[in-house]
Amino acid sequence: MTKYLIKGNEAIAEAAIRAGLEAYFGYPITPQTEVLEHMAKRMPELGRAFVQAESEVAAINMVYGAACAGKRVMTSSSSPGISLMQEGLSYIAATEVPCVIVDVMRGGPGLGNIAPSQADYFQMVKMAGHGDFRPIVLAPATVQEAIDLTTLAFDLADKYRTIATLLLDGNLGQMMEPAELPPMQPVRTTPPDWAVGGAVGRKKRTLTSIHLQPEEEEAFNRKLQDKLATIVQNEVRHKEYMLEGAELFVVGFGTSGRVAQTAVKLARQQGIPVGLLRPISLFPFPEERLSALADEARGFLVIEMNAGQMLDDVKIAVGGQCPVEFYGRMGGMVPLPDEVLAAIAKLDQATARVRQPLAARP
Amino acid sequence: MTTQPGEQLVYQRPEAMSEVYTHYCPGCTHGIAHRLVAEVIDELGIREKTVGVAPVGCSVFAYNYFECDFVVAAHGRAPAMATGLKRVLPDRVVFTYQGDGDLASIGLAEIMHAALRGENITVIFINNAIYGMTGGQMAPTTLPGMKTTSSPNGRDVESSGFPIRMSELLAQMDGATYVARRSLHNPTEVRKAKKAIKQAFENQIHGFGFSMVELLSSCPTNWDVTPAEALKFIETQMLPVYPLGDYKSIKS
Repeated sequence: MTKYLIKGNEAIAEAAIRAGLEAYFGYPITPQTEVLEHMAKRMPELGRAFVQAESEVAAINMVYGAACAGKRVMTSSSSPGISLMQEGLSYIAATEVPCVIVDVMRGGPGLGNIAPSQADYFQMVKMAGHGDFRPIVLAPATVQEAIDLTTLAFDLADKYRTIATLLLDGNLGQMMEPAELPPMQPVRTTPPDWAVGGAVGRKKRTLTSIHLQPEEEEAFNRKLQDKLATIVQNEVRHKEYMLEGAELFVVGFGTSGRVAQTAVKLARQQGIPVGLLRPISLFPFPEERLSALADEARGFLVIEMNAGQMLDDVKIAVGGQCPVEFYGRMGGMVPLPDEVLAAIAKLDQATARVRQPLAARP
Repeated sequence: MTTQPGEQLVYQRPEAMSEVYTHYCPGCTHGIAHRLVAEVIDELGIREKTVGVAPVGCSVFAYNYFECDFVVAAHGRAPAMATGLKRVLPDRVVFTYQGDGDLASIGLAEIMHAALRGENITVIFINNAIYGMTGGQMAPTTLPGMKTTSSPNGRDVESSGFPIRMSELLAQMDGATYVARRSLHNPTEVRKAKKAIKQAFENQIHGFGFSMVELLSSCPTNWDVTPAEALKFIETQMLPVYPLGDYKSIKS
């Protein structure tokens, strides 16, 4: 297969098109604008829908409309724009229509800056607007992975009639790497059996998020939670690196996971028994695997480009079995391998005599 | 409906209307507006290719009363949702049905830009100068001096601003092809309203672009008057602020 030297944002856009995307609605915001620009050129060429919306609020509601028609649809934005989309995400979730959202995170809070950050972990993984719901969140660490996860996101969104999101930082969006693109998939010709589009020879359909009776709303919420439970059971994805003989475990996603991988390699060269677990799906979170590793671990180190958000989920998985330390940079700063290495060495010393391996315990 | 020999059927429920009771208050003109839209859908033979977009407000349940596919938008976002639908279903008929809080306050950006883009959709805009669903608060269309639960001493334009005239505003948008204001306060005006609604749907079928019909409507419950007084209120109080007419009509 041909390899292209391609920018993360453009790679995601082209991968979405090749996954059979039929409509894109977006609004310019750095550092994801190349997604919008790529769509502006390619979608009309292919006779597919593209609209530059008047705001992120409008963009997500256009997505909502096209999703109700059962079309493959997406939008992309960056942190402040995703904040504006939270309203639409909640409605889309409650209507159970599929769509793909890309968040290329930047420094915050507020207007912040356009430098890479991972501070939207809470915003994407824990919330997606008001009400009890969580979207599927996939976090690539390379341009190739961004391409592959874009394809997967559309499939998962359709499979579970849910929102699938790609969560990456500005680094990955702006970085060029050699990568392969998948072949062009045909656009779906038959709409799903729940979509609206004209009641021809059938009863009318209504897609709504309103359930005025509390009993009905609770029943609907239970159904949503059951679906999320199925997703947790089936769709956990992560990568492991140098886990053999490891007593210390670094956990990082996306770019910080990639930096951590270099640091783990350097630490191994110094004889520190450390490995890396890089979650790819942030929801569902690889909780079970982390929990199993915690049984025999001396300690965990969480690396993030925020103040410690995924840290909470790692702590839940570890369940107090051993120390969980954190090293993070904020505001658009990226941790360097040396900094992570120093944090690993510190954890190694601090936990040196804390815990014997399970086998050696009386 | 069956007719007996010698009987002539002159009035019946449109096919596009569901056979159910509505939740609307007695004297509310939503029922008339719904019926007019349903009659037009019947007459144009488009029931099976129409998708409606309901708003947030009293007409959030509009989908219960029409025999066509429907979606329900977030507050004010119906034109954006309709844009999404129409762009992927260009051969279907897409209409929004929105109240004044929905369209003229929280959804102002969405309606303006849908008009500017010339989205080929039809918008039915119910202007009753009040927020009905939440219990009678001041709307962007509330008349100066008019009492509401959030302007208990009457709308004071110095602190609460002036009413917005959407038809005049949207007629300025180059992408709009048909913008008209009608009223539902007497049978003559109701007939004129139906003609306007029909033209708005025809415009979409011909692919002309954005069209909107604003309908002056009553809310006896929240205006705290009888249904008859409410119709009088439209005639004497609303008409001077919201003159009827075609504000834009391009047929090509």
